[in-house]
Amino acid sequence: MGKTKYTYAVARIRALETSLLTDAVIEQLLACKTAEQALQLLIEKGWGDASSGNDMDAVLSREEEKAWKVIRDVAPDMSVFDVLSYPKLYHNLKAAIKEVCTEVRNPNIFYDNCSIPGEEMLKIVENKDFARLPGNMSRTAQEAFETLLHTRDGQLCDIMIDKAALEAIRDAGRRSGEPIIDDYADTTVAIADIKIAVRSQKTGKSADFMHSAMAECRGVSVEQLVRAALSGMDEIAQYLEGTSYAGGAEALKESPSAFERWCDNRMIETMKPQKYETFSVGPLLGYLIARENEIKTVRIILTGKQNYFPDDAIRERIREMYV
Amino acid sequence: MSELGIVYALLGAAVAVLLSGTGSAIGVGIAGQAAAGVVTEDPSKFAKVLIIQLLPGTQGLYGLLIGFITLSKIGVLGGGLADLSVQTGLLILAACLPIGVVGLLSAIAQGKTAASSIGIVAKKPEQFGKAMLFPAMVETYAILALLISFLAVSGIQV
Repeated sequence: MGKTKYTYAVARIRALETSLLTDAVIEQLLACKTAEQALQLLIEKGWGDASSGNDMDAVLSREEEKAWKVIRDVAPDMSVFDVLSYPKLYHNLKAAIKEVCTEVRNPNIFYDNCSIPGEEMLKIVENKDFARLPGNMSRTAQEAFETLLHTRDGQLCDIMIDKAALEAIRDAGRRSGEPIIDDYADTTVAIADIKIAVRSQKTGKSADFMHSAMAECRGVSVEQLVRAALSGMDEIAQYLEGTSYAGGAEALKESPSAFERWCDNRMIETMKPQKYETFSVGPLLGYLIARENEIKTVRIILTGKQNYFPDDAIRERIREMYV
Repeated sequence: MSELGIVYALLGAAVAVLLSGTGSAIGVGIAGQAAAGVVTEDPSKFAKVLIIQLLPGTQGLYGLLIGFITLSKIGVLGGGLADLSVQTGLLILAACLPIGVVGLLSAIAQGKTAASSIGIVAKKPEQFGKAMLFPAMVETYAILALLISFLAVSGIQV
């Protein structure tokens, strides 16, 4: 009977999938003359609520909260979604370490919708009470904190925490025992590694830097990626062509924004078969990723329109939709 | 007269009702979870998902039918137990097995298919007819088992 524990949740998600934005709605948003018109269209479709009004940021963050609320309501076990909350958790750690080390306080730099919200993280770092952090995070926090204090090298601190975040995502995926979560986690790490290789190549970083930033995964070989990045962008594309991330090679040749779009589309492609699953956690994960993806796309359209970007420039950044 | 004969025959009736009833309960339960999920978000689909949820319930009825015929045949209903040899008792038990076993497994399979079909109704309610057909296909095998159990129980001379 354990195999049917997601039946209720999946059916509920199935009903909710009908309200996900389709490509047709995205076209309608693109056709709007101003950001206000586009936002109005979204509000008519049920985005935001009374408290968010016509404030774009409030509407988008309300939508994100709604997506998580649904999952919290239906999921029998939230631990399988750790892979999705780790980036926010590690971001909070990074922000807290920097705030404590620089003794500067900035508002709104923390995520509060994760297991350790900003205020608590700040207290942990201030009191050096790292043992309260889960798993390997305590060791990473200690090391990153001391590194930043001694070297004052913000980037070094960043890559230490980012790598730890990637490893935590990968390990949580393997631990979950759900093939789709594992796939998602591995794809996330592989795409992050590819992004690191591309950016390191552009900024001329050393092999040591790349090794300390990239996390091992099944999708790509860190060793080969580093070697390719040291030789040039064409070599990265050539290496990717031999992996399951071949589409990334094409996108790299096109433009940086095409590459970023490909990264998100690749994730949606990984998730799409979950639309036909009935008894696994996959559709829940697919729904969450789809909502994050559409919120990101809407943000791109709205900010593009606010800043009078030409339609082509916005269209180039439009992500593929899940439904 | 052997008392064991009637015990075997009664065991047959019990197997038919127990297994197929259990299968139906599990099947309707699985489909019911899916139905509840859809109705939580969209109560207007209640009638459609209820019909699909009930499809795995038929195996229980088939088992009940065979159990009822068996009880009538051996005289548990209507008074006056029949005088059954061990061989006849075992024959009746064997005759009840098809609907018991097939009822159990097909109802669970049908429940899972019904849950998937409820997903179709959630997304495309206009495809309700097609959604009904998938779990209905599984029904075929429960009906075949019912047929064999029915013919066998009826054909055994008491």
